[in-house]
Amino acid sequence: MLRELVRSQGERLPTNRSPRAPLDRRSFLMCALASGTALGELAVPACASPSALSSQSGQQTQNDEQFVVEAKFYEKLPNKKIKCKLCPRECNVGDKERGYCGVRENRGGIYHSLVHSRVCAAHVDPIEKKPLFHYLPGTVAFSIATAGCNVNCKFCQNWDISQSRPEQIPADYAPPQRIAALARQFNCPTIAYTYSEPVVFSEFLMDTADAGHQAGVRSIVVSNGYIQQDALRQAYGKMDAVKIDLKSFSESYYAKVVTGQLKPVLDTLVTLRKMGKWTEIVYLVVPTLNDSDAEFRGLAQWVKANLGTDVPLHFTQFHPEYLLKNLPITPVPTLERAKAIADAEGLHFVYIGNVPGHPAQNTYCPQCRKMLVERAGFTASTLLIRKDGSCPFCRHLIPGIWHA
Amino acid sequence: MSALPSASRRDFLRQCLTGAVALGASRMPEAQQAALTAKSRVVVAHDPLLRGTGSTVDASRIQSLLDRAMLARFNRDRTVDTPLAAWRRLVRPGDRVGLKVNTLGGRGIASNLELVEAICERLQQAGIKTGDIVVWDRDSQEMERAGFKLSIGGDRVQCFGSDRVDYEDDLAAYGSVGSRLSKILTRYTNVLINIPVLKDHDGAGVTIALKNMYGVIHNPNKYHPNGCDPYVADLNMLPEIRTRMRLTICDATTAMYEGGPAFKPEHSWKCNGLLVSSDPVALDATGWRMIERKRAEKGLKTLEAEQRSPRYIVTAADREHRLGNCDPSCIEVVEINAEV
Repeated sequence: MLRELVRSQGERLPTNRSPRAPLDRRSFLMCALASGTALGELAVPACASPSALSSQSGQQTQNDEQFVVEAKFYEKLPNKKIKCKLCPRECNVGDKERGYCGVRENRGGIYHSLVHSRVCAAHVDPIEKKPLFHYLPGTVAFSIATAGCNVNCKFCQNWDISQSRPEQIPADYAPPQRIAALARQFNCPTIAYTYSEPVVFSEFLMDTADAGHQAGVRSIVVSNGYIQQDALRQAYGKMDAVKIDLKSFSESYYAKVVTGQLKPVLDTLVTLRKMGKWTEIVYLVVPTLNDSDAEFRGLAQWVKANLGTDVPLHFTQFHPEYLLKNLPITPVPTLERAKAIADAEGLHFVYIGNVPGHPAQNTYCPQCRKMLVERAGFTASTLLIRKDGSCPFCRHLIPGIWHA
Repeated sequence: MSALPSASRRDFLRQCLTGAVALGASRMPEAQQAALTAKSRVVVAHDPLLRGTGSTVDASRIQSLLDRAMLARFNRDRTVDTPLAAWRRLVRPGDRVGLKVNTLGGRGIASNLELVEAICERLQQAGIKTGDIVVWDRDSQEMERAGFKLSIGGDRVQCFGSDRVDYEDDLAAYGSVGSRLSKILTRYTNVLINIPVLKDHDGAGVTIALKNMYGVIHNPNKYHPNGCDPYVADLNMLPEIRTRMRLTICDATTAMYEGGPAFKPEHSWKCNGLLVSSDPVALDATGWRMIERKRAEKGLKTLEAEQRSPRYIVTAADREHRLGNCDPSCIEVVEINAEV
């Protein structure tokens, strides 16, 4: 159970629910109880599921039209075509066609999002599972997703929602105010947009972030960062923290394995830095494909030069999934090699992820080297950082948002 | 002992071998056989009076046109001298036959209802049980909008979209494609007859037979970059599709030379025809030329000049795919006209 829970490749959906198997009320209660027990070992509150999102009047009938809103980021073209301006792909979409993401549709020359308030996954997760290690450690995030993604990573662990069209998977109607209310109900200081790719549900993300802030709940996003600059500023400008999956430091890998481009993701990281958003980076190390010393070194040098030495960088372990079942799990020594290279380049907070119990999951003061945050599984079991964000031993300021 | 001793051991082995070769050949899709041996035959059938004096297709005339086209397609073999004999070359009693229509464009440019009914009629006469015929596309609502009446269960021709039965959980993968296949394909059929329409496509250039298979998978949106190349060809390589595909009957009663895939009446023409072939690549290549001729007639640039030439058709014929012929010298186009 622990092994299933701790994998994070992107961020894996909790395994207590298949996205294609909607839960009835009884099943939801059993799921919540079972998960509560399992998660209890990690000192995490009970989970929610999309069934919890339905109004108390009972199960709602899914009406596709209730999820449809006009998209925010696109240009109209002649002959009822449109050009999507949400992600760098810039899909030219003819009438009645959808963009690459599968969740945005041209209807008579007007582009629509089909997934506003269309929540296909909802769970209460430790924030460390995102992973965000320097942002409100020890808290839980009300984590939601819709169908769809603007890339097609061959290793995706949530491909059954990210690579599906919204009508192909069960979902509940959960408007922003309801999400915010549920987050409060479950004592979550944050709403997390995660599991699939939040870029593709930007309209819903923006409205939910507004509703959350009005209710005193913050927003965080787990994203591939493959987004146009204007959309980035508008949508992620509403976020309180961001985790970016930097999937490789090579354009060819992005082209072949991700079906995207590296450059726009690097641009995203730089812009987030300029916007002052708390940002952490995850790099999934896939054996033989993106695990060379040169790539690790190039990545670390770029981060240092463009983002600084204080950005947390997580090297995480790959597990064979989806279209990359032929590769083995990343050996731990490979992850340790990546960390050693990044450490040597001068990055201060380099972590190893998806390897339970590894000491590189903990946070150490870059000045006095004392351990400041100890993590067990997804829980920060010890948090010594002072209220002012400084090390209790040497008073060095530790970057991050440590306390609510 | 058996009643076969008159055949020598050598004769018996020869018969077995011959039989095995024949059986093997009959199971190989005809497009592949054609690609290896002879020209691919594409029948282009026209009936200028298909609509009579009205705007809707006349059921009896399209039945007649279909019969003539089927005969023209299969009469290379002299034993096929009636339309029913042609159908019997295609299906056998006990087969479960899927008719993959195209309904994205609504009533304006969808697989013609009268044509589908004519095909169902002949299939039943060829010994296929009514309930073993399923007319399908990806989405039931789109089918209804195109004029199809849904029918699920019972001893009737089945008619519904993949949304009613979902897609397989496991991925089917070839080359650039990894997709979940419609359970209608995998669980309801062992024979596939493709009934696309003839139209322009803003990204792919044209969408005819090969691209109609995008309606079989759960994630077609992932395969539109680069003019759908090589995705269309890779998709058609999936064994679940390739082994079932027997024939394409392209509905060209109404066709589009520009502005597809959605219906644009100003860019459509009453082509009043059908294209029939066992080689989807040859049929696509032929349909592509028809669309180019109409574009030239209307003073439009070629698809190549608009940088949306359907390269996927060429890819489908290449050494890796060998799904059929696209070289005109390897395609025998048989033009027939209905009796007036």
